[in-house]
Amino acid sequence: MESIFMNYKTTNISDVNVWFKATSVDEFPDDGGVCVKYKNKQIAVFNFQRKGGWYACQNVCPHKFEMVLSRGIVGDHNGIPKVACPMHKKTFSLETGENLNGDLDAIAIYPVKIENNFVYIGFSE
Amino acid sequence: MKTILVIGNGMVGYKFCEKFVAKDASKNFKLIVFGEEPRPAYNRVHLSEFFENGDAKALEMAPRNWYEENEIELITNEMVTNIDRASKTITTLKGKSYGYDYLVLATGSSAFVPSIQGIEKQGVFVYRTIEDLEAILAYADGIKKNASSKPKAAVLGGGLLGLEAAKAVMDMGLEPHVVEFATKLMPRQLDIRSSKVLQSKLENLGINIHLGKATNQILGNAAITGLEFGASDKIDVEMLVISAGIRPRDELGNACGLQMGERGGIVVNNKMQTSDPDIYAIGEVALYNNMIFGLVAPGYEMADVAAEQLLGNSDKLMSEAIDMSTKLKLIGVDVASFGEPFMPVQMGHSILFENKTKDLYKRINVSHDGKKLLGGILIGDVSDYNMFHQIYLNGMPIPENAEELILGSRNEGGSSFGSSMDLPDTAQVCSCERISKGTICDSIKNGVCNSLEDVIAMTKATTNCGGCKPMVVDLVNQTLKSLGKEVKENICDHFGYTRQELYSILKIKKIATFNEALDACGNGGGCEICKPLVASIFASLYNDTANKEVAIQDSNDRFLANIQRNGTYSVVPRIPGGEITPDKLMAIGQVGKKYNLYTKITGGQRIDLFGAQLNDLPAIWKELIDAGFESGHAYGKSLRTVKSCVGSSWCRYGLDESVGFAIALENRYKGLRSPHKIKGGVSGCIRECAEARGKDFGLIAVEGGWNLYVCGNGGATPKHAILLAEQIDNATCMKYLDRFLMYYIRTAAPLMRTATWLDKLEGGIEQLKNIVINDSLNLAIELEEEMQFLVEAYKCEWKQAIENDEMKSRFKHFVNSEESDNNMAFVPMRDQYMPKPWGN
Ligand code: SRM
Ligand SMILES: Cc1cc2nc3c(=O)[nH]c(=O)nc-3n(C[C@H](O)[C@H](O)[C@H](O)COP(=O)(O)OP(=O)(O)OC[C@H]3O[C@@H](n4cnc5c(N)ncnc54)[C@H](O)[C@@H]3O)c2cc1C
Ligand code: SF4
Ligand code: FES
Repeated sequence: MESIFMNYKTTNISDVNVWFKATSVDEFPDDGGVCVKYKNKQIAVFNFQRKGGWYACQNVCPHKFEMVLSRGIVGDHNGIPKVACPMHKKTFSLETGENLNGDLDAIAIYPVKIENNFVYIGFSE
Repeated sequence: MKTILVIGNGMVGYKFCEKFVAKDASKNFKLIVFGEEPRPAYNRVHLSEFFENGDAKALEMAPRNWYEENEIELITNEMVTNIDRASKTITTLKGKSYGYDYLVLATGSSAFVPSIQGIEKQGVFVYRTIEDLEAILAYADGIKKNASSKPKAAVLGGGLLGLEAAKAVMDMGLEPHVVEFATKLMPRQLDIRSSKVLQSKLENLGINIHLGKATNQILGNAAITGLEFGASDKIDVEMLVISAGIRPRDELGNACGLQMGERGGIVVNNKMQTSDPDIYAIGEVALYNNMIFGLVAPGYEMADVAAEQLLGNSDKLMSEAIDMSTKLKLIGVDVASFGEPFMPVQMGHSILFENKTKDLYKRINVSHDGKKLLGGILIGDVSDYNMFHQIYLNGMPIPENAEELILGSRNEGGSSFGSSMDLPDTAQVCSCERISKGTICDSIKNGVCNSLEDVIAMTKATTNCGGCKPMVVDLVNQTLKSLGKEVKENICDHFGYTRQELYSILKIKKIATFNEALDACGNGGGCEICKPLVASIFASLYNDTANKEVAIQDSNDRFLANIQRNGTYSVVPRIPGGEITPDKLMAIGQVGKKYNLYTKITGGQRIDLFGAQLNDLPAIWKELIDAGFESGHAYGKSLRTVKSCVGSSWCRYGLDESVGFAIALENRYKGLRSPHKIKGGVSGCIRECAEARGKDFGLIAVEGGWNLYVCGNGGATPKHAILLAEQIDNATCMKYLDRFLMYYIRTAAPLMRTATWLDKLEGGIEQLKNIVINDSLNLAIELEEEMQFLVEAYKCEWKQAIENDEMKSRFKHFVNSEESDNNMAFVPMRDQYMPKPWGN
């Protein structure tokens, strides 16, 4: 199980070596997410229009190791954008990956940029 | 002005400073603190969090400028090497000396390193400081880089700390092996049975456990390659973390001739004075009652006592008995032990509960007269720990049948007995900060605090180990309530209204999208609580299906299917009243076979097909719809099923045609979204084979018509439905049901079934009868019209979804690939299969 997590490390914008062209902006529901495949990674990407932001994180939930976070509801908690896992509603900050309503491991966060109506996710490798 | 030197800036040394400067009289003293570590005191209890974020600052007890602001001189990176009691001076490693009036020794302890051959090899570590962790991380990175498969690491010691270290090692990406000399885990806290339950949980998590192993030798040349237990008994590991106990760092005290314990530790009295009255010792270096306490709470009490004593408050003495109760804070493993976990027969008897399939174990030890709780062990479910702990600490009375303590606690969430408000005011709720129930409740009663945040800021309760949080929350809420400051049951931070209020607002303002709702009467970006709730209100107002605004739906509604344990979904076509033709049965069979779905008859008289991949859902539903099925809304907070018995068409006792009526009702209310799910039942006679009185609405045929019952349910808190009307005909039944259901939908709180709603309805069933039958609120017509509108607006949302390409496109696992999730694993079960069990 834990080997899944080794696959995901928070990537800062300064560490980005590859901007992966994932999909068109039109594929996204308003204020919702989709799952993007990049090499052997599953990345949840969210169009949080209401807050004017795009966010990406690992798709796997550290609670029960299922690939489901992209199907979660986005929202905010004291202004921090977050996603709630659809399985048991654990919530994670989309800025730091921190588990906001428990003490699960933080999830990995990736940078996102939008160019010409396309969504790019930043990876170090 | 007198000078106090504090040697050691760990958790307890810091707490001493905090307690000391909080008192006015401290102005007459100068505090100088020496710490050997490079940084100010940090929270060692949460040391493992450093692995997660590498953020040492986050662990600080207080930032450096706190010491300045309080006029404490903090000298870090400075080890004290000598105490000269005659001249009352100390010397540091860097050769400086300082004079003192009083000394406080808070030098803590170090990890005990057993003398095993080869212990000096590279790759052998202890687990105590941030520097230890940094070294472990760096070494783990090195061996991972050079390895072809996952490297293994051992932890020596299966106690509280060893298990924490093992989890940390696992999180670093190594294969963890715990090696314990005793034949059980956490030998000081657990009995053999609970150790076995814990072992099974940890093994499921991926932590390997080796019990009853004495390590003879550490193998390898320069670096460790393995551990040897016996001649042919060894394991290969590339790293070892030693967690075999602690040894007090008493060398300073020993060298200057203070009285020492036989096995180390500086002896103190109940004022925390050592054999030299001007020298105090606190924390893990102090031997009190012939014991070293490896826990932070007794250390904090010692810090408080020493501070008070030095300021001349000689009444403040250390408690006689020290509470050693503990809760393991490993994620995914709940373990707690309190009081006397093992029970010598002469003191009392034990009551055990064990459920191996669920890895649950509970043991309580009760005095022979059955009146006192003396201790216990909890594995798997520790929700009652705080309450048990308080009952034990305060010697509170327990139920006459003590087993109710562990067997009666299966109610949802809540504990089986008493409330935290029953505790005496002196009960210590937060043992780390020594905050009593009285302090918490009084802070609210006297108006100093108005919320949980206030209480935490003022008392620091919950900020250390956090174990007391549920109880503190409860006390705060209960006290607020008792003052009439009822914490209004607002939906969440984004809407300052109850569900009923929001329902009216959205209705009056004709608001129909979530963002409009936020703009009109909410704030922020919404969350997982308000979004599905607003979606449900829209459905009740306009019969919007879940296809309209997918991202505000609960996940099950978003994909029109229930998510299962492994991220697959279930498919439940509607089978009204449970009646089905052989052709339709075959159609379901074919779909099940084609998509390899696990098939089961549900408790709601229909068929559930499990294990469908997200990508396959539209095709599966297309086939079912073509065969004449509709969505069963098994995923929604909506009408589920109207269960029927076979009734008068076949049954020799039947008084009316129950199946036909059940089908009519199910078709009328199908798709109806509501605060919680709604179920119905129709029985052909009082033998009640359809269990109608276990439903939100139920009909039983009697001579002269139907008896209509409402507000029953099975589930966690079963309730029989209550008679609303007698001997009524089909049309009247429907009319009353329209009114009843619509009124419930308008007024219930989120996720409140009809039974709880009726409990809270002022006037109860009589009031409901007045509203539904006598139309006392003059609402009947309106309610009926609203229901009629919803009935007419019904659409099968699955049909809608597969006929619209844009709607259909959401049923994909990846947005940029047609593949399905490759992380899923299935295992065979009987003639079908199931998802691979979760690790914990
Ligand atoms: C499939 C089924 C069990 C079975 O194999 O028989 C089932 C399965 C689930 N039940 Fe149930 N319940 C099923 C009949 C029942 C019954 C029996 C009945 O309806 O006669 C009850 C007790 C009666 C009642 O509800 O009053 C029942 C009481 C619950 C409860 C507790 C409700 C309560 O008020 O306490 C939940 C939890 C909830 O809804 O919050 C629940 C929730 C669930 C969920 C939806 C949990 C979830 O979110 O994953 C399960 C998912 C099913 C799925 O994926 O399709 N299920 N569940 C039954 C489906 C019936 C159907 O055809 O729709
Ligand atoms: C990983 C881990 C998890 C833990 N989890 C829990 C838990 O869940 N619950 C619980 O109650 N307890 C827990 N503990 C134990 C708890 O951390 C200790 O009880 C507590 O830290 C003791 O505080 P102390 O100040 O006595 O000692 P320490 O925190 O060890 O502080 C002593 C300080 O003195 C310094 N020092 C020593 N000698 C000198 C000298 N000669 N000159 C200058 N400085 C000196 C040391 O470098 C050290 O910084 C845990 C401990 C660890 C390591
Ligand atoms: S309730 Fe039982 S006895 Fe009565 S009609 Fe139904 S099946 Fe027959
Ligand atoms: S799997 Fe994500 S919260 Fe449980």
